[in-house]
Amino acid sequence: MKPKIAAQSGTFESSDVIFLIEPLPQNSGRKIELNSTVMQQYGVSFRRIVDEMLDQFEMTDIHLIAKDKGALEPTIKARLETAIKRSLDQQEGTLK
Amino acid sequence: MKNFKNRRTMLYIPGNNPAMIQQGGIYGADSILLDLEDAVALNQKDAARALVRNMIRVTDFYDAEVCVRVNHLSTPFGMADLEEIVPLQPSAIRYPKTESPEEVIELLNIIEKIEKRHGLPHDKMTIHAMIETAMGVQNVFNIASKFSRIDAITIGGQDLTADMNIIYTPDGAGIDFARKRIIMAAKASHIDVIDTVFPDVNDEEGLRRETEYARKIGFTGKAVINPRQIDVVHEVFTPTEEEVRKAYHIVKEFRANSAAGIGVFAIDGKMVDAPIVARAEYVLRLANVTVG
Repeated sequence: MKPKIAAQSGTFESSDVIFLIEPLPQNSGRKIELNSTVMQQYGVSFRRIVDEMLDQFEMTDIHLIAKDKGALEPTIKARLETAIKRSLDQQEGTLK
Repeated sequence: MKNFKNRRTMLYIPGNNPAMIQQGGIYGADSILLDLEDAVALNQKDAARALVRNMIRVTDFYDAEVCVRVNHLSTPFGMADLEEIVPLQPSAIRYPKTESPEEVIELLNIIEKIEKRHGLPHDKMTIHAMIETAMGVQNVFNIASKFSRIDAITIGGQDLTADMNIIYTPDGAGIDFARKRIIMAAKASHIDVIDTVFPDVNDEEGLRRETEYARKIGFTGKAVINPRQIDVVHEVFTPTEEEVRKAYHIVKEFRANSAAGIGVFAIDGKMVDAPIVARAEYVLRLANVTVG
C-alpha cells in the first residue's frame, strides 16, 4: 500500500518515538531515516521492527522519518502502526 | 464478598504516555487504571488505544489489578476501544458516565459478542461503573445491583460537579449526597466502592483529610492521579496494628466459642456478636492476615 497523505504519531518525550510519513512518487520504494538516542545499542533491532511493520502493511513509495527517545518495542510498534494507518487515511475511533 | 481484592488505590495512567505506562507497576498501587478517556486528547484516541493494547500484552504490572477506562459508547471512540481491549481481558473495564441499567446492558452485550468471537469466557473480566452525572446518581442502585459482572462502582467528582453546574470545593460539600448514595448502593449490592481523585497533588494534608473522610463514610478505596498520593491513601485504608490485633483476637475467640456452641461472648467486658465478628474478619482481609 502507498501512503495517501503525510502523517505522524508519537511524541519527543522520553521512552517515546515520533514517526513522520510522507508519500513518495510511484516506484520510489522506501526511504527510511532512523534516529535514536540508543542507536548504538538498539539500532539493529529498531530497524528490524520498522522493516517488519512496513512489510506487514506492505508499504511502498514511503518516506519514513523516526526520532526515538528510547521507546520499547511495543511502543515503537504502536506508534508506527498509528502513523501508517493515519497515512493510509484509515484512522478509526478518533478525531482527525 | 466474592473474589476479595484489596482496592485501596487505583492509579490513573494516561493511555498515551508510554513512560508512565511502563513504570506504572512499580509504585505499589493496588490497581492500575490505563485511561483512554479524559486523559487522552480527542485526536490521539487511535494512538493511545494502540499503545495501551501493545503495552498490556508485555508490561509487568506486578501484583496490581489492571483496569482500562474506555470511552463511552455514545462517543465515536467507545466501540473501537472495546474491540481492541476486550480481547486482552484486563482485570476490569471501567465504564465512564454510566447513567442507567440500559447502558450497562448495551455495554455487556457488546463485550460478550467480542468475547464470543475470540472464544473468551464471560465471567473473568469485570466491569467498574463510574457514576459521574446526576442521572447516574439517581439510578445508581439499579446499576450496582443487577449485574454480576459489575464488582465495583466509582464516583467521578470532577465530571459530577460539572454536570451539577456547581464549583468543586475542597470540602466536597456539593458531592457529599452523591458520595453517600453511591456508597449505600454499593454496600447493598456487596461490591467495592471507590472514591474520586483528590486533584491537588501538592496538598498531602488535604489528601489525608479527604481520604480519612472517605474511609469513615464507607469507601473501600480511592483513585489517585500521582504516585506520590499512594502511600497516604494506603496508610489511611490499611488497618492499624492495634486494629489488626484486636480483630485477630475477636475472630480467634469467636472460632473457639463457636466450636463450644457459644454464639455470643464477651472480650474485655464488651459483647461480641455476629456483626462485630464480620467487621473483624473484614479488617483481617484488608490486612491480609489469616487466623490459624
